[in-house]
Amino acid sequence: MTLAAAIPPDATVSEAEESFRRVRRRAQLRRRLLPLLGIAVFLGLWAALVYLFKVPPFVAPSPLLVAQTLVAKGDVLLANLVPTAIEALSGFLLGNIVAIVIATAFVHKKTLEETFFPTVVLINTIPVVAKAPILVLLLGNGMEPKIAIAALICFFPTLVNMVRGLEAVNPQAMELMRVLSASKRQVFFKLRLYNSLPYLFSALKISASTSVVGAIVAEWIGSNSGIGALIIQATYSFDSALLYATVIVASCFSMLFFLCVTMLERLIVRWQPSNAH
Amino acid sequence: MAALAMAEPRDADAPAPAASSAVGCRNLSVRFVTERRTVTALENVSFSVENGGFLSLLGPSGCGKSTLLRVVADLIAPSSGQMTVLGLSPQQARLQRALGFVFQDAALLPWRTALQNVELPLEVGGRPRLPAGMPTPRELLKLVGLEGWESSFPHELSGGMRQRVSIARALLGGPRLLLMDEPFGALDEITRDRLNEELRRIWRETGTTILFVTHSVYEALFLGEQVLVLAANPGRVAAQVDIDLPRDRTLAIRETPAFMRVATRLRAALGGTE
Repeated sequence: MTLAAAIPPDATVSEAEESFRRVRRRAQLRRRLLPLLGIAVFLGLWAALVYLFKVPPFVAPSPLLVAQTLVAKGDVLLANLVPTAIEALSGFLLGNIVAIVIATAFVHKKTLEETFFPTVVLINTIPVVAKAPILVLLLGNGMEPKIAIAALICFFPTLVNMVRGLEAVNPQAMELMRVLSASKRQVFFKLRLYNSLPYLFSALKISASTSVVGAIVAEWIGSNSGIGALIIQATYSFDSALLYATVIVASCFSMLFFLCVTMLERLIVRWQPSNAH
Repeated sequence: MAALAMAEPRDADAPAPAASSAVGCRNLSVRFVTERRTVTALENVSFSVENGGFLSLLGPSGCGKSTLLRVVADLIAPSSGQMTVLGLSPQQARLQRALGFVFQDAALLPWRTALQNVELPLEVGGRPRLPAGMPTPRELLKLVGLEGWESSFPHELSGGMRQRVSIARALLGGPRLLLMDEPFGALDEITRDRLNEELRRIWRETGTTILFVTHSVYEALFLGEQVLVLAANPGRVAAQVDIDLPRDRTLAIRETPAFMRVATRLRAALGGTE
């Protein structure tokens, strides 16, 4: 967004520039402070409701109690975050790599895509909570089913986006490659792959957070450790403060993961997609 | 274009080379099969361009002028008739890298800088080496007036500059034939005029043969040594007009009576094309 201010008739240019800078500084400060204010209002309202209606701590904790729990049980929370993080990250890597490989195969062999894409769509329509028990039966009670579920969740958006990104190539660029007698392999590495990167990253940003969801849901089905297990444990023992603290830890991890993918995107995709002219 | 080009296998045998002509086209027809009907894009088209010539292809939209250019470039196979490019078949000419193609949208790869875009032809196909004595990518960018913009990305360049990059890319390796498909159609008139003048200069400096598709009478006339007027439905040749204007042209020539006279003739030829 560009700001512009017309210079009033009674001002010199330097005065006008000075006041323009002042206005812009204030606008920047506002942009940062207002969201913080929003969070503060939300926390205040939460605390007030819990206090006014005398909500018992096994139903809902006050924000202060949650903060205290975060500090007091920090070691427990972190110890349980580790397995969930490993599952989410492994699932993320596995699901996305497989999706990228299959998308590449689909683009090169249309028959493959026409044969198997409907099956993939069908598998994707099964809800995660329904897939989880099946995989637990298949893969046992260890980390494997959790990784598999996180991977399955990441797989679909990446496959769809990657296929689209590899295929949505500027037709004139394709003609150019033909005029230059480029081989299929060169078209893939010089054109399609780069073209797909913005599409790939929008899928990766989705799966950064959904892979964590997948791991947690999988842990609900059967696990003694991990964020999912801790959530179940805290709920059944009416430890609402621990439940809330666990949720906060999980969402902080998701956010961090998302941020990492976004930073990677900024590093790699430095151009603007051609349709953004 | 909604039509589906049917790529037909064709023998690589070249017809007898006509040594003097850069492009020779005899009784060429192109038909497309679509869901609803069969469209005749070009019917019985014949023309030729001599080596070092500059032919403008002028016609209303739908007259098949872009299709004709794509037959020359071996992007579309003709349904019947003969096309000779530099004494070879279009396919052989393409494999020899004898052609450069400039598209309507510059078709630059957005993840490559201006210089890297110009270098692309050296990285694909048979990864040909730049013949000794040929201008380097840097020199070509200078030729099109983009010295100092080598490391800019396409989104940092204006429409006119992007088109200059794509002209530089098409000139890499010294093609003997440059095919241009309405390259300045999307630009503003001021930029377009300037690029028209520069294209004449580049043509004189490089000596390459140019086929230039446009639907602007003035552009066709200002640029071409000859103008091939095409009519639509089906695409066919309405007239081939020689332009006897001086080789050294500035935009001012467009106000001269001689220019106006030929423009009137071209418009009359176009008049019967709707």
